[in-house]
Amino acid sequence: MVPIRPSEITPEHVYLNRRKFMAGAGALAGAVALAACGPSLPTTGEGATAAEAAPEAAAAASAVPLEDLPPALAHAEPFASQQTDELGDPLNAYDEITHYNNYYEFTTDKQGVARLAEKFHSRPWTVKVGGLVNNPKTYDVDDLLRKFPQEERIYRLRCVEAWSMVIPWVGFPLAELLKEVEPKSEARFVRFRSIFRPDEMPGQQARWLEWPYTEGLRLDEAMHPLTILATGMYGKLLVNANGAPLRLVVPWKYGFKSIKAIVEIDLVEKMPVSTWMAAAPNEYGFYANVNPNVDHSRWSQATERRVGELGRRETLMFNGYEEEVAHLYDGMDLRANF
Amino acid sequence: METLRRTLLRHWLWLAVNLGALWPLAQLLWDVWAGRLSVNPIADLTTRTGQAAIILLLLTLAVTPLQILGWRQVTVVRKSLGLWAFFYASVHLLIFVGLDYGFNLDFILRDGLPQKPYIVAGLAAFLILVPLALTSTRGWMKRLGRRWKQLHRWIYLAAGLAVVHYLWVAKIDLGRPALYAVLLLLLLAVRVPGIRRVLANRRRRRPALHAGSSATRPHPRDARKPVR
Repeated sequence: MVPIRPSEITPEHVYLNRRKFMAGAGALAGAVALAACGPSLPTTGEGATAAEAAPEAAAAASAVPLEDLPPALAHAEPFASQQTDELGDPLNAYDEITHYNNYYEFTTDKQGVARLAEKFHSRPWTVKVGGLVNNPKTYDVDDLLRKFPQEERIYRLRCVEAWSMVIPWVGFPLAELLKEVEPKSEARFVRFRSIFRPDEMPGQQARWLEWPYTEGLRLDEAMHPLTILATGMYGKLLVNANGAPLRLVVPWKYGFKSIKAIVEIDLVEKMPVSTWMAAAPNEYGFYANVNPNVDHSRWSQATERRVGELGRRETLMFNGYEEEVAHLYDGMDLRANF
Repeated sequence: METLRRTLLRHWLWLAVNLGALWPLAQLLWDVWAGRLSVNPIADLTTRTGQAAIILLLLTLAVTPLQILGWRQVTVVRKSLGLWAFFYASVHLLIFVGLDYGFNLDFILRDGLPQKPYIVAGLAAFLILVPLALTSTRGWMKRLGRRWKQLHRWIYLAAGLAVVHYLWVAKIDLGRPALYAVLLLLLLAVRVPGIRRVLANRRRRRPALHAGSSATRPHPRDARKPVR
C-alpha cells in the first residue's frame, strides 16, 4: 500500500501553502510556470487556435480581464503552487488535462472534445440555485467567483474507465454556496443539471445519454469540505473542454460524478437519478465512490493507469481520501450502494 | 522486364492486400514517432490494434462471399488476410499484457481479469486463432486433409467472440462495434446454403457481364453441387 499521510491531505494546507508562495513570489510565478511547462502549451485558456477559429467565443472568455479575476485565477500561463499532489505524484500537464476529456455533450472521442468545445459560449452564464431552500438565488458566474474565495485544490481524478490524472483545480467549497441559500430541513440530496444546448454541443444531438446531464450528491457529501465547485484549473479560468464555466469536483468519486457546465443546483428530498444511472443502472450507481474492491460489472477497478505513466498502479480506497470521507459511509454496504 | 511486369500484374491483388495490411501498423508507428497519440497512448495502441484485427478478420470472411458473387481470384489473399488478423491480435494482446500490465501477473490476477467477460471473449478469440495461424501452411493443409477445412471454420466463432469482446468493452457509444457485428452477421448469412445458392444463381443468370472471363467458369466444387 502507498503510505497516505492524512495530515497532508487537508485542503487548507494546500491553500495556505499557495498563499504563502504567492505573497513572496507573485511576480515570479508566471515566469516559473512558463519555464516549467515549456513553450508548446496553448498560450491562453481557450488555446491560441481558438481565437482564430471562433473569435466570438474567444472574445466571450476574454470578457473577464485578468486584473478583474481573483488572484487564484489571474494567471496568463498555467500555474500551480506545487508540482505534486500530497502523495508526491506529479501534476498532469495543462495540455494533457485540457486535451483528453470525457465530455459526451461534445463527442465520445476524448481527443475531439477540445476542438469541438472551442465554439461553446461559456459567458455570459447564470446558475440557478433553488429547490428546498429558504433563499433561492440566481448567480452570475463571474459574481460567484468574486463572492467566494477561490482556492487551489490539487486532487486526483479517477475515471471509471480506470485512468487517472492529478489536477490543480481552482474553486470554492460547494458548502459555502449551499449555506448561503439555506437548505430546508427536508432537503436530503442536491441535484445538478448541465446546460442543454445541442446547437453548440453536437454530442447532445445523439441519444446515447439522456440530456441534459444530471448528477446528484447526498447533502452531507455535498457539504463535505473536499467537495468544490471548480471555476478554474492551473490558475486560469476553466476552458470549455474541462466544463467551463463551472463544474463540480468530488475527488473521492469517479469522474463522471463531477458534472460540467452547471446551470441548475436544486435541493431535493428524494435521491435524484443521475444520467449514467439512467443509462445503465447495473453499471453506474448513485454513489460511484472510487473503490478498488468493487468492480464495474464488466471491468476491474483494482488498478488504474495514471496518464503519463507506463504500466499501472493500484487504485486507492476512496481515491486516497479515505481518512476524510470514509465516515460518510459508515454502516453502508458499498457493494449494494456502488 | 516484361516477365516482371506480368508477375506484378498477376500478383497485384496479393501485393495490394499485404501492403494495405501493413498500413495500420505503419500509421501507428508513425504516430508514435511523431508523438501524435493521445496522452493515454496505451489506450490508443490497444484500440487501434484491436480494430485492425477485427477489420482484417471481417475481410478474411469476405473472401468467400466475393467468390460466390463471382470474383474467383480473390482466393489468393485469404491466407494473407487471416495471418495479418492474427498478427494484429497478437500485438493487441502483447500491448495489454506487456505495456499495460508490464507482464505483472500479480496485477493481472488482482484485476480479476481472467474472470472479466470481455477479457474471456477476447482471449478465447485469440486462442482459437493460434492453431488456425499455425496450420495455415500448404504442408498442414495436406496433412489435415478435409479436417483442415473443419478446423478453419472456427474462424466464425473467433470473429464472433472478437466482436462481442469489442461490444462488451464499450461504455455507451456502440456505433463501431455494432457496425462490425452487423457486417459479421451479413458475411455469415451469405454462407447459409439457401442464401448462398440464390446469390450463386443470380450470378450465373448474367453470364454476358463476365463473358470470356474466368469468373464465369463454374468452380469445380460448385459444379458438383446440383443447383436447384
